[in-house]
Order: sequence, then structure tokens, then C-alpha cells
Amino acid sequence: MFLVALLMVGIVVAMVVALAADSMLSIRQFGFGFLTSQRWNPIQGDFGALPFIYGTVASSLIALLISVPLSMGIAIFLVEQAPYYIARPVGFLVELLAAIPSVVYGLWGIFVLAPFLREYIEPALAKWFGWTPFFRGSITGIGLLTGGIILAIMVTPIISAVVRDVLTAVPGTQREAALALGATKWEMIRVVLVNGAPGIAGAVILGLGRAVGETMAVTMVIGNRPQISFSLFEPSYTIASAIANEFTEATGDLYLSALVELGLILFLVTFVVNGIARVLVWNVTRKTGGVGKAA
Amino acid sequence: MSVSKKSFELLAWFSVVVLAFGGCNPGGSGSGTVTLQGAGATFPNPLYQKWLSEYGKLHPNVRIDYQSIGSGGGIKQLKEQTVDFGASDSPMKDEDLKSAPGEVLHIPTVLGAVVITYNLQGVSQALRFSPEVVADIFLGKIKKWNDPKIAADNPGVTLPTTDITVVHRSDGSGTSAVFTDYLSKVSSEWKDKVGAGTSPSWPTGIGGKGNEGVTGQVKNTPNTIGYVELAYAVQNKLPVAQIKNASGNFIAPSIDGVTAAAAASAANTPDDLRVSITNAAGPDAYPISSYTYILVYKNQKDAGKGKTLVDFLWWGIHEGENYAKDLQYAPLPDDIVKRAEAKINSITAGGTPLR
Repeated sequence: MFLVALLMVGIVVAMVVALAADSMLSIRQFGFGFLTSQRWNPIQGDFGALPFIYGTVASSLIALLISVPLSMGIAIFLVEQAPYYIARPVGFLVELLAAIPSVVYGLWGIFVLAPFLREYIEPALAKWFGWTPFFRGSITGIGLLTGGIILAIMVTPIISAVVRDVLTAVPGTQREAALALGATKWEMIRVVLVNGAPGIAGAVILGLGRAVGETMAVTMVIGNRPQISFSLFEPSYTIASAIANEFTEATGDLYLSALVELGLILFLVTFVVNGIARVLVWNVTRKTGGVGKAA
Repeated sequence: MSVSKKSFELLAWFSVVVLAFGGCNPGGSGSGTVTLQGAGATFPNPLYQKWLSEYGKLHPNVRIDYQSIGSGGGIKQLKEQTVDFGASDSPMKDEDLKSAPGEVLHIPTVLGAVVITYNLQGVSQALRFSPEVVADIFLGKIKKWNDPKIAADNPGVTLPTTDITVVHRSDGSGTSAVFTDYLSKVSSEWKDKVGAGTSPSWPTGIGGKGNEGVTGQVKNTPNTIGYVELAYAVQNKLPVAQIKNASGNFIAPSIDGVTAAAAASAANTPDDLRVSITNAAGPDAYPISSYTYILVYKNQKDAGKGKTLVDFLWWGIHEGENYAKDLQYAPLPDDIVKRAEAKINSITAGGTPLR
């Protein structure tokens, strides 16, 4: 068993080493400027990762802004309010969403979500919030906003499932104590949420990890354009999409090396995000698990 | 003791069998199966798969595999000598040829074209574009459909006042390379600002993955314009634009127009057959056309494999051309077939010609 575990660690280390080795050419050529340059021009051999980092972070943040409130609502409903015969099938259906292949989300995004956003949502946003820098430009239904919404739908099942487990782990004595002190149902739920806060944060970061690394569905709706624009209507590009798109026809050693370096950046970001999530979730289950057993 | 004796005997028999079968292979002269590996461009893949299956029926002892991993991958694997032949939509660059471990020959197989497709409601007839207009649209300089420059090419057509949304390939692609090669020839501004390549830095627009991605975006988004392969546009019945060629005629994309472009460029095609035929001069030439190539080493290491490869290539540029039109590829013009024959005849193994 120990050997198997060691093997897994070995694979991770080997991947980082291989990525770093293959991106050496690009790292030497561009140095730290790779992270801050906005230019991505394979013809001239000039590469910078900033638009991709921006696209990855921005689309993931939009996804979290939408999916976190939604997931919290789902989890609270399932744990605290719904009777058993509703909670089970609804919970099952939400988890089923996580099993749909991402390319199917992408197709749905192109044929259903993008036209819907273009016809109804984006014109309304432009009309009411067009004075902000976030909702400007031509309305195509393809862009950062669509990418973020697709991601939100994809990470909601993950976040809500973990939050549900965290809330279930909060001991019943906490609820009883709150109610005994005269708290209303909503006040009792607040107590439960405060107890599970680190675990909930972990769930959110787990969702973020998924959003950061998601490739296929985002590629199909985000517009794939390496630029930094504050408008959510404008096309954008994520790291994962860039690698998937450009790897097959990447001619030239420097181009290939720059793509590998993008992969290295993505790897490190996902690694850190997942690490934080693990620590937070572990923290809450350790505490409450002990109390729960005592009760 | 007796057990180990038996297993020894078995082992001996086994080696005899292996040797017997193995012995047939190197000659490749009929009795054994010869296997060839190829990899490269995705664009000619449907045709090459057809070739492989038809050729396999004629020569049951030959097994050829082709993996459509992209032109870049094809060139890379050829240079690393992990495949017997590569395939690429655009010819190899000089520095790639120099760093290859042996002399590489370009054998043109068929021709393809890139067409402009669009989604414009209320316009029923095919739109016409001058080269400068195409370049300005993809540069983001022409922003509205009713721009006077577009209107000048399309008298009598009522163009909407809407914004133009450009759709381009997001993945690296030979299709993009041909299209940007054309734009670089017809617009000096394009040449300076963007240039030609498989993954250019597009000045405007949204990216779709693959021909199907671009088609999906164009079909689903009103007021878009994009470019796809001719074969793909025909199969999906997309609206296509007529492009003004170097002789000043507006030409609708067609197989004959592509072959005409190749024939018109035949005179100034260099000896190694590496040539761009975009913006060709002939009166009927469709201007955004290109060859696709199979790449082979002039000197083959293995005479048996080399002979099989040469026979296959010879069959491809003769009988194989008959399958091109059905799959929406343009067959080679006759004088290019003659020149490709000479290339195939020059392939040797250890100094001996293979044909």
C-alpha cells in the first residue's frame, strides 16, 4: 500500500519535472515576462500567458459567483428542509449533473445556452448595466459570460454535494441547542453554516479547481481569443483551452515549449487550489467528527 | 528433469516458428505482410483512409496505417523517423528541411480550397468579395455589413446595418495557414500586422475549434463570417461567397476552380514542388486553393518497405486521384502528376532506384 502511495507521489513529481524540462526553452527565452506579457503570436514567436491566466481566473470567478449561492441553497434545502423522500431523488439528480461529459455541456452551450443568452439575457444586461465596463461590446452569445455560466452549471453539483456532506457532518446537538435557546429555523441554519464554514470554503475551492481545469465545454463557448477585456460579452481564452486547441499544430520548438509552460502554470494553480481545499475540508470533518461521535 | 526438457523443446520449436515467419518480412516480396506507418494532416484524412482501404483490397499483403494528428505532428514524426511517411498541408519550411536527417521529398496528392461562409438573414444570392474587402473584414477595419466597400462588390443586394462578427479557427490548422497565406498576398497590411501561419494572432473575432466549431458558430450566430474547407462547406450545404481572383473574375469555390488554380501556377512551380497557389493568375482559378503533400525520405533505409511505399504513392497519384472528386478534393492537373512521377522515381534505397 505504501508503495502504491509512493508511486502516486512519484507520478506527480515526474509530471512537474517533465513539464518544467520541456518548458525550459520558453522559460529561458521569456523569463518572468511570460507571466505578464499580453502578446501571443505564434507566427512571430512571441508568447505571453497573461490573457490566458486572466481568462482562466475570470471565467472561474464568474462560475463561483453564480454557483456558490445556488449550491448553498441546494445543500441547505436538502439537509435542513426537504423531507427524506424529496431529498434523496433531488440529491441524486444534482449529482447526476456531475456525470455528464463536458463535451455534452459544450454542445448544449453552443446550441441552446449561447442563442438564449444572445436573444434574451445579454440585450437586457446591456440595456440596464451597459454603463458599467462589464457589459459592453457586440452581443454574440459567445464569450466570457457564456463560458462562466457553463462552468457554473458544471461545478454546482460538486460544490452542493460537498456542502451537503459538510452540513450533514455538523452534529445534531448544535441544531438542538440553537432551537432550545429559542432560535428560529433560519437562525439555527446560520449556526450550522458557521460550524461548517471551513468545510464550505473547501467545497468552493474544490469547485474552483474543477472550473480552472475544465477544457472542452469552455473551449466551445468562450470564443478563444487571447485578450484582456473587462466586458463579459467579449471573447476570452483559458489556459486549458489554449493547450487543447493549439497543441496538435504547434510547429516550432519555442511554440511547443510555451504551450508546455502554460501547462506547468495550470498544473501549479490547480495543485495549490486543491491543496487548500483538502486542508479546509479535513479541518472541519476532524473537529465536528469528534463532537458528533461524543453525542 | 523431464519437465524442463519438455519446456526446452517447446522453446526450440517456438524459436523455429518465429524465425520462419520473421524471415519472410524483410524481403516484402509477396509472401509476408509489409506494414507502413504514416501520420500528419487532418485535411486529407478522409481521402487517405479511402486510399488505404482500396489499396488494401488490391494488395492484401500490404498494411498501411495513417494517423491524422495534424501537419505539425506529421512533420515532427517524420523528422524523428517514427513514421514511414508524413503528411502536411503546407510545405515544410527550409529550416525544417535542413534539420531533417535526410533529404525529404514533397509528393503532392490532391488539392483543397478554403471558402468564405456567412450567416446573413434576408440575403439569398451568393455574396461577392474582393480580396481587399476580405482582408479588411478579418483585420476588423470593415465593421458593418452595409459598408460601402462590401456594397460596391454586391450591387443590388440589400445589406443589413448590423455589426460583422468574424469567426476563425481557434485550433492550429492548415486551413488557417492557407487562408492567411492568401490574405498576406492580397493585403500588405495583413502581411505586416498578422502574417501567415497555422495559428495566427487574429486581430478580431471569435474562435471555433475545428471546421465543425467554426460552422457551428456561423450557423448559430447571425451576422457572422468565417472560413472553412471546401469539402466541409459542400457536405454541410453552407452558403459560400464568390471571391475575386487575380484576373478580376468573381469565382465561386469549386473543384474545377481549384484545379484551374494549380494548372495556372504549374509554370512557376519550383523543382521541389513546394509552392503556394493562393491568388493564382488563371481566369477560372479559385484564389484560396492549396496542395496537400505526402512527405517521404528520398533515400529509404529498408528496400522492402521503400518499394511498397513507392508503389503506393504511384498508385495514389494515378488511380487514387479517381476517388478525389467524390470526397470534394480537386485532383492534380496532368503536368503536376508528371512532375510528381519524377519525384517518386527518384526515391532510392541504398542508391538503387525503387521503380
